[in-house]
Amino acid sequence: MTQPSAQPFEGLRVLDFCWVVIGPMTTRYFSDFGAEVLRVESSLRPDVIRHGLPFAEGKPGTNRSGYWANYNSGKLGLGLNMGDERARHLAFRLATEWADVVTENFTPGTMERWGLGYDALRQRNPGLVMFSASMLGRGGPYDSQPGFGPVLTALSGHTNFTGWPDRVPVSPYGAYTDFLIPHIAFAAVCAALDHKRRTGQGQYLDLSQLEAALYFAGPPVLDYLANGRIQTRNGNHDPDMTPHAVYRCDGNDRWCAIACPTDAEWRALAEAIGRPELADDPGLATLEGRKQREAELDAAIEAWTITRSPDEVMQACQAADVPAGAVRDCRDLFDDPQEAHRGHFVFMDHPEMGRYASDANCFQLSEAAPEYRRAPLLGEHTEYVMRELLGMPEDEYRALSDDGVFQ
Amino acid sequence: MLSPYRVIDLADDRGIFCGRVLADLGAEVIKVEPPAGDPARRIGPFHHDEPGVENSLFWQLYAANKKSAALDIEADAARDALRRLIGSADFLVESFRPGYLDDLGLGYDDVGALNPALVYVSITPFGQDGPYRGFAATDLTGSALSGFAYLTGDPDRPPLRVSVPQFWTLGGAAGAAGAMTAHAHRLHTGRGQHVDVSCQQALTRTLSHAPQFWDMNEIILKRSGPFRPIGDGRNLRVNFECADGYVNYIQPGGATGGRGMAALCEWMDEHGEGHPLLNETDFGAYGFGQLPDDVLDAMSETLEAFFRSRTKRYLSEEAIKRRVLLFPVNDPADVCSYPQLAARGFFRETEGPDGGTMTTLGPWVKSSERPLQLRRAPRLGEHTEEVLTSVGLSPDEIADLRASGAAR
Repeated sequence: MTQPSAQPFEGLRVLDFCWVVIGPMTTRYFSDFGAEVLRVESSLRPDVIRHGLPFAEGKPGTNRSGYWANYNSGKLGLGLNMGDERARHLAFRLATEWADVVTENFTPGTMERWGLGYDALRQRNPGLVMFSASMLGRGGPYDSQPGFGPVLTALSGHTNFTGWPDRVPVSPYGAYTDFLIPHIAFAAVCAALDHKRRTGQGQYLDLSQLEAALYFAGPPVLDYLANGRIQTRNGNHDPDMTPHAVYRCDGNDRWCAIACPTDAEWRALAEAIGRPELADDPGLATLEGRKQREAELDAAIEAWTITRSPDEVMQACQAADVPAGAVRDCRDLFDDPQEAHRGHFVFMDHPEMGRYASDANCFQLSEAAPEYRRAPLLGEHTEYVMRELLGMPEDEYRALSDDGVFQ
Repeated sequence: MLSPYRVIDLADDRGIFCGRVLADLGAEVIKVEPPAGDPARRIGPFHHDEPGVENSLFWQLYAANKKSAALDIEADAARDALRRLIGSADFLVESFRPGYLDDLGLGYDDVGALNPALVYVSITPFGQDGPYRGFAATDLTGSALSGFAYLTGDPDRPPLRVSVPQFWTLGGAAGAAGAMTAHAHRLHTGRGQHVDVSCQQALTRTLSHAPQFWDMNEIILKRSGPFRPIGDGRNLRVNFECADGYVNYIQPGGATGGRGMAALCEWMDEHGEGHPLLNETDFGAYGFGQLPDDVLDAMSETLEAFFRSRTKRYLSEEAIKRRVLLFPVNDPADVCSYPQLAARGFFRETEGPDGGTMTTLGPWVKSSERPLQLRRAPRLGEHTEEVLTSVGLSPDEIADLRASGAAR
């Protein structure tokens, strides 16, 4: 890497009211790459995942959640009790005198009730870029329906598309769509910042998590709209590939995925599992032929995988240029040679949690390296923000602090 | 928002979403595809179930807002034209196997010398180097290696992927984030750079707190079917059968969950289908995962019976009124009739591949100043002439390229 002259977002100021996952994961891109991100919180109503599992050493505590820490690396912790008018006024000053970007993902109406809606802020800060995310978007009959991340997979169709056709659908783990959308949400905020740089004009971005999530489950929706077909979950089967399954391997709950995108990979696989006669069977030469005998083929393949480890299976298939991937559990991920090569898990030292693992970004830049810094304690940087950024005299800071404004 | 910028999009079906995101945000995105058509054009299902290079619904979705220039990048003459296009561009996006473009003299080192300000985005399963660099991958094998599959599915059956592929779509989204980060850096340095995306890492990042469970507590979370693990090996059902499909009801801890559960108990009582133990439990007093076993059992039995005899439409509409945290498990037809999407005008009409109209997804973010545009996906080679003319090729040169089969 050549000498970087600056981090990509050096000098950018983000006032971040986001909570839970989708918002904080979006704004973490800014803190990873040099922006100053103030994470506004209150100990009176802490971010729900500050009390989300897992805790360091299994001991609960506001500053002990690994879940929370993962999405808030490198941000500055600012405590503001938004129930107090003086705190709302300080937030307004930060949004209009300090911030380039304000972000939030509360239930629609919350920021407005605090006098921090976009219309109020842009009067004083016309170049402001404000980003709001909500479950279902502003306006419409359900815009203030309470809910949280995991239910969106039900609404977007991801749940219906996960599972076996003969059983109740399962869901992808956790608040799955919360982890998809931040990439494009962040790109939109960056585009708005570029627009502002060139024109001086700020803007408001309103993202419905449901609408954005549909881009990750879109083709079947278009199939329904164009053809009236209602696709559904199909285990691990694929309309265009056979064999295409996850096969049991040697060990307890050990598996390897194998897929044959074309006839060539099928023949290579049949050779690799020591069944050359299947490779030569004309009835199996085409996808249609293999589909008719899919169960038979899966049994033949599993008879081979069951005596081998997932990695042996994967390596043997890859040597024949057949797509295969060992099923990694969360412990395996820490030992996966590719994830390790990419430095996927970043370990940081934290005053209360000790050493903990966080996810790295999924892209690497040839000319800039993200600066991963530990997550803040709740309110850790309140004094810095008030004294240094807002120029508040010490006695005023103490008085407000004693009054609970920074709780 | 990004209207001053030109993107050369060499990505096939694997990195296709990246260019779509940049195009939605206003960039001029030129999909450079083979004269026979991009592989994404062959992915079914098709518009009105008629196969054809213009009819793939996958293509229609993810190539919308792009232009198409049909050039055979393996032909020398077309490659010269492509170099001129790249010289005029701000971004390049590609999703070939690592090394393929280097062999064609179009790798980052070659192209970066030609256009030092270019942001060059590579979207691959595992990144540009490392032990899996040359591994073949599909959505399924990527779901396995990222840790996604192990956490997904029923405990008594194999780990699962989502039946709608996620691996590449997510990698494409991450590519857009990387492109914009490199762009921000370019504003400081004046130079472009190589953005190297790993789809494996992108999918690993969807695992929520599961890797932290191993790191902090040495717990390996496992797939748990339609249930949600709540600690101590106990599970809470979240997906339920109803009369015509499925509904999702997650009982969270704390005050929100307490209010929702009290409202649900009242609702069931009105129908004489409640349970005394549930009525006398103060759900608000329990954190998530702290409910006693007898309450959990009563919940399963009572809720399963109540939901099974009612439709998802009735249940979800009544739940909205009563502020119960119940939602339908939408299938594609339900998505299309979901009242909130209709009220926001999410679905939009565009020109379809047959010249008629088709309905498709509307913009994924609303901008107060620069509303996202929606143009149909380009026909094969629709903009070849316009695009090549913009970098100074003469009509004769374009005709020669076409005659040789290097362009269409």
